[in-house]
Amino acid sequence: MKLGYYPGCSSAGTAKEFDTSLKEVFSALQVDLEELKDWSCCGATSAHVTSHLLSVALPARNLLLAKNQGFEELLAPCAACYSRLVSSQREMKLDESVRMKVEDLLEEKVSNGLEVINLIQIFNKIGLDKIKEKKQADISKIKVACYYGCLLVRPVEVALADDMESPDSMEAIVRAAGGKTIDWNFKTECCGAAHSIAHTNIVEKLSKGIIDNAEKHGADVIVVACPMCHSNLDMRQLNIVKDFKDHKTIPVLYLSQLIGLAMGIDDKKLGFEAHYINPKPLLEKMRAATEVKVGSAV
Amino acid sequence: MKIGVFVCHCGENIGRTVDCPSVSKACASFPGVVYSEDYKYMCSDPGQNMIKQAIREKGLDAVVVGSCSPHMHERTFRKACESAGINPYMVEIANLREHCSWIHDDIPQATKKAIDLMRFAVERVKFNTPLQTIKVPVTKRTLVIGGGISGIQAALDVANAGFEVVLVEKEPSIGGHMSQLSETFPTLDCSQCILTPRMVEVYQHPKIKLLSYSEVENVEGFIGNFKVTIRRKAKSVKEDLCTGCGLCAEKCPIKKKAFSEFDEGLSNRPAIYVPFPQAVPNVPVIDRSVCTYFKTGKCEMCKKVCGREAIDFAQQDTFITEDVGSIIVATGYKLYTIDKKPETSIYKGYGEYGYGKYKDVINGLQFERIASASGPTSGEMLRPSDKKEPKKIVFIQCVGSRDESKGISYCSKICCMYTAKHAMLYKHKVHDGEAYVFYMDIRAGGKNYDEFVRRAIEEDHVNYIRGRVSKITEEDGKLIVKGEDTIAGLQVTIEADLVVLATAMVAQPEASKLAQTLGVSYDKYGYFQEVHPKLRPVETATGGIFLAGACHSPRDIPECVAMASAAAAKSLVLFGSDMLEREPIVAKVDESTCAGCMYCQKVCAYNAIEKKEIRDRQGKLIKVVAYVNSGLCQGCGTCNATCPSKSVELIGFKDDQIFAQINAFAEV
Repeated sequence: MKLGYYPGCSSAGTAKEFDTSLKEVFSALQVDLEELKDWSCCGATSAHVTSHLLSVALPARNLLLAKNQGFEELLAPCAACYSRLVSSQREMKLDESVRMKVEDLLEEKVSNGLEVINLIQIFNKIGLDKIKEKKQADISKIKVACYYGCLLVRPVEVALADDMESPDSMEAIVRAAGGKTIDWNFKTECCGAAHSIAHTNIVEKLSKGIIDNAEKHGADVIVVACPMCHSNLDMRQLNIVKDFKDHKTIPVLYLSQLIGLAMGIDDKKLGFEAHYINPKPLLEKMRAATEVKVGSAV
Repeated sequence: MKIGVFVCHCGENIGRTVDCPSVSKACASFPGVVYSEDYKYMCSDPGQNMIKQAIREKGLDAVVVGSCSPHMHERTFRKACESAGINPYMVEIANLREHCSWIHDDIPQATKKAIDLMRFAVERVKFNTPLQTIKVPVTKRTLVIGGGISGIQAALDVANAGFEVVLVEKEPSIGGHMSQLSETFPTLDCSQCILTPRMVEVYQHPKIKLLSYSEVENVEGFIGNFKVTIRRKAKSVKEDLCTGCGLCAEKCPIKKKAFSEFDEGLSNRPAIYVPFPQAVPNVPVIDRSVCTYFKTGKCEMCKKVCGREAIDFAQQDTFITEDVGSIIVATGYKLYTIDKKPETSIYKGYGEYGYGKYKDVINGLQFERIASASGPTSGEMLRPSDKKEPKKIVFIQCVGSRDESKGISYCSKICCMYTAKHAMLYKHKVHDGEAYVFYMDIRAGGKNYDEFVRRAIEEDHVNYIRGRVSKITEEDGKLIVKGEDTIAGLQVTIEADLVVLATAMVAQPEASKLAQTLGVSYDKYGYFQEVHPKLRPVETATGGIFLAGACHSPRDIPECVAMASAAAAKSLVLFGSDMLEREPIVAKVDESTCAGCMYCQKVCAYNAIEKKEIRDRQGKLIKVVAYVNSGLCQGCGTCNATCPSKSVELIGFKDDQIFAQINAFAEV
């Protein structure tokens, strides 16, 4: 069975380290990823605020490609891509008129049967035992705050099968890799998402709230599974530092990077150089015999 | 046979989609029909008189009425015909409303269908035979299930009318939720002060047999003649010897271990306990799940200190049977809990409020206990976690209620009022405190109810915020309540010391099981179902079983009391005559063809079929046949369908009657 891979736009840009770390981890887990040929935009936020039909049709084009290229499962690691692809499937299934309009646009019949999965689901499919088995390095010295944001757990109709209000599936994966997770209150708070560009001040405020709560509850690192969350929490800390002089920075890693660390994959292959908040002190703390202070801007 | 046909317009209900004059006209040509008429309201006096007059003038033998469901007015038309001199069972109803006009909109098609339905009924009535009602004696005693305010009121009303009552309560004491309340709205009078005299009255009433710590195990029989099996759970205390001195509870070594049901878990109780000091009866029980003796075989402290030798560790559950004529169900409600629910539950918990993990997020009944002078804090306003006085308190209404995503669509009705009361009680005790109420709408319909809420807002300065709370988290000992003020269009964050959730009222978890035992219907939430929502609100579809209080739907105290008195009145109506008339629609066995296979006995859900021996004059056994006890038979027809030799017939629904209808259909 081939596992199709839909990288989404950010994998080539702001979330390059998500893409590289993910490929490293999957190769270590002996899972073959095959990139979807000729993939296009999922529509993300822009499409569904512009045209409802477009927001269904754009993902539908990619779903059709996947089907035609013989995939039964399609990995969409970006939470927004995942949400758009699954929402499109659901809408076409529930509303025949939408499906027919999309088929008109694509000039081809749409068919069901393709399973779209996100990063958390694929780790669960591979099995937490397998992750445990592949553990090479000790990551237990750092405390991890798992951050879900919105699109991993909402809307509940298309999100992963976890508790919308108090999810735990990411923690389970981190624990399987030997990590220590913390209990905190902002797991599913909004990071401001796509307001990042137009209303940076709002995103700063929201992201600071999330970061502060993670730190208050003792986190050394925030782990995410969404490029949007990552850019808002990592990149926007540069602005936060300017506006709040006493802000204590915290590194933000992709889940795939943390699992990569636990599997003993070389730091260089996990793309840490692309981070705004330098994770180096974190890595030192993780590996140190004694405690090292974490959190400094580059 | 001379048949009269009467087509009712039911105002516009039938007339809107069925052309009633045409139906009446078409019926006039059916073989056997000598008279046909239509009228706007056949059930009204002029309508009934029209039927009576036609019977007299035309010498009718049988009547067919095209109207609403027979559930609604079959009895009305039967009575009318009986008064005009024909047997009431010579009346057939064709359901032109529920089965035709309400479900169709095409007038010609619906009219055609109505004519067909009339034809079937006409063909059927030709095979009807005059029947006589069955008369059965009435046992003039009532069983009341549940000893809360509803059960207490119902029991007292029936007993004060001079009839015996058996009151069954599953807890060690009667009193129910009302005994837990501090003050009651809209007058702020003390709940216990008005309730306990009634509890004592029940206990002392010569006509009331109080069975506490007991549950209904099985119910057999029918209206006027129920046989009820009651499990008397072992109290481990001999009721007749105990004086209620309380020494055993005082000396019980596991004082701080068991969860106090009465204080909603805010305090602890010993293994041997009475739920609260004013308990009725004032006899303790041993909770065997926590008692050291029952766990290890050692201790016996209570037995040692009891001067009356009333402790009996060997006591077993016993079963008694009671004969009653009516049953009043008053099992009350439970509060919805916000904890995580199993996948199978129709309810969902509140992860956003922490699934119950925060100690200072409590429910309304817990607040009642904190506010109550007899509560764990002796009425001092102290929060559970650190026993400090909360300076900022948030009340959240509609927790669970009116929220499909949490599994409950209904309004719990009492929360608007008790939240206003809670906020007032808080402000009366903590003068410098701030109280906030998050609400969706304020539903304060009732005498002096809205005035009460206004008082909370205007005189006690409670801050009402219209909007939902999206999240409660805990930081540094404060509860961070995030919500929305939909009137101001603002997000609100309150750092509260105590949060009180007005959680939904839900049916008792065992209610559906009891409903099955009683043979009454219940809704998807487990609330008991009345037979008619407007005109018969306290009766169930099973004769002789009535409903009182919150086991039917969320209700406040005055409504529970009113409903209990209504249920009592319904019982008393039943006791007004010595004999009860029952429908003659029962199964009958043709003994000449019955082979005694007794398949009918196996399928009968009402235990109405028994074996009967037929002997000759010398007493020699000829054969064994099935026999139907017409007192127990409910006329369901299962035996009729099962009998391999067609020896069982259901009177009033005989094969030839049904076949006549089917044949009429085939002719269409």
